Amino acid sequence: MSAKQLSVFIENRQGRLGEVLSVLKNNEVNLLSLSLADTTEYGILRLIVSYPEKGKECLTKAGFSCMLADVLVVKIPHRTGALQEILECVSDKVSVEYAYGLSTDKADACVVLKVSDIKTARDVLSQNGIETLSTDEIDKL
Amino acid sequence: MIWNKEMECASREEMRKLQSKRLVELVRYVYERVPFYRQKMENAGVRPEDIKGVDDIAKLPFTTKDDLRDNYPFGLFAVPQRDIVRIHASSGTTGKATVVGYTQNDLDVWAECVARCMTMANVGKDDIIQIAYGYGLFTGGLGAHSGAEKVGATVVPMSTGNSKKLTTMMVDFGATAIACTPSYLLHISEVLREEKLLDKIKLKSAVCGAEPWTEKMRGEIENRLGVKAYDIYGLSEVMGPGVACDCEFHAGLHVCEDHFYPEIIDAKTLTPVADGETGELVFTTLTKEGIPLIRYRTKDLTSITREKCECGRTSARISRFKGRSDDMLIIRGVNVFPSQVESALVDVEEVTPHYLMIVDRVNNLDTLEIQVEIDEKYYTDEIRGIEKITKKIAHVIQQALGISAKITLVSPFALKRSEGKAVHVIDNRKYD
Repeated sequence: MSAKQLSVFIENRQGRLGEVLSVLKNNEVNLLSLSLADTTEYGILRLIVSYPEKGKECLTKAGFSCMLADVLVVKIPHRTGALQEILECVSDKVSVEYAYGLSTDKADACVVLKVSDIKTARDVLSQNGIETLSTDEIDKL
Repeated sequence: MIWNKEMECASREEMRKLQSKRLVELVRYVYERVPFYRQKMENAGVRPEDIKGVDDIAKLPFTTKDDLRDNYPFGLFAVPQRDIVRIHASSGTTGKATVVGYTQNDLDVWAECVARCMTMANVGKDDIIQIAYGYGLFTGGLGAHSGAEKVGATVVPMSTGNSKKLTTMMVDFGATAIACTPSYLLHISEVLREEKLLDKIKLKSAVCGAEPWTEKMRGEIENRLGVKAYDIYGLSEVMGPGVACDCEFHAGLHVCEDHFYPEIIDAKTLTPVADGETGELVFTTLTKEGIPLIRYRTKDLTSITREKCECGRTSARISRFKGRSDDMLIIRGVNVFPSQVESALVDVEEVTPHYLMIVDRVNNLDTLEIQVEIDEKYYTDEIRGIEKITKKIAHVIQQALGISAKITLVSPFALKRSEGKAVHVIDNRKYD
């Protein structure tokens, strides 16, 4: 399974992040994970949310540049080296564009991966018995 | 010192007679040689014989920068290519440059005019002058160069871009004069201060131009460097630097009016205004052979006086410029039109045509930032994707304007859409 990531372009301006979040709040879109990549001029806010399509729609209406992208959300046990082992399975097939963590209240952790070839990555992971989650599944964690 | 007493100190009556004689010849010359002018005069119902002197000049139609663009590149030239010995070009209002051509005689006249300015600025045989305007298509470098050579100065063709080499040579050569933009000279003074060279320079004259500046900037330059700073004016369409310059009394810029006939008009009604009143400066090139201009609208706002100056010159003087009647900006000495940015952005599909130019002056150097709205369709969640778009725009802008700009991408609709005239420029530079 793959999940939808909602990303938003935000220029470096005071209060801009808050504006994005309040649009999502007013439309009852819940944040499951967040990562903010920043440059000197602008930032890219990457989100896993409860309703990605709805989130994109309401942000576009509010004048934000945003897009949905398929990402892999991988469940990993809380132990040293777990993420490294997962990446090792795929490292010769795909490259990781970026990654960030996703917290759950369960014993396992999750990591969000954007990879160069999502299908290959997913196949390799599943052959190795590693589970990837859909948006719905993440929401239920 | 006065370079050409006969012309610079002629009585008003003598000058008017000479101008009238030259105007009559010029009108006949362009009517016979340039189809564009003949057509324009026919449309206005005026024949060459209707022009008997400068009193009749208002009968002639105006020429604009758009006319030069429409006749790009050589359409307004009055001589065959074999007689053109040099080409210069400046920014046009859109993609196309404004191209001018010079005959050998034009170059000689140009050097003569600049020589008068250099003499006004107290530059002569005993001086070593660094020319720190750009050399190339821009008229500043080569224009100032030839006039400085004509007065017999030792000319150091520095061009622009290497402040450190400039300050080193200024000290090592014992340069006594410099020609550059006033903002660049202020920057140079900072470099000299940082390198603790201020007490080692021998500079006495600065010939500054190619951008608007104020009395306050002059004071600043004179205080920091211990020089006298002079204001030289010109525009490539008319000739280049040397059309006018101010003398040590700083009471307006003396126009080389035996070659360039000045008028001041009301930019709205296009009718002449009285001496002393502010309006748009219009020039007719009285002796130019390559690309003569009839009543060329400079879009520069100023006023004129024909009173005799304390320096002894009788030539008409134009006051310090009070602005422009169009939206042209001068950034780092380069003419920039917002419309150039607009037409450059049309070719970049990743952005909308909405933009905002922010001009500022940081450490005495002009900065240009252009904010552009990213088109939603091309937004990407990867930073390298966005950097690629930014680089593409920066390249297109550099190609179009000839100067670099900092590109800032903003969200769609982040830039204000105003009813009526859109705001495309914020100029934060302080001129007073």
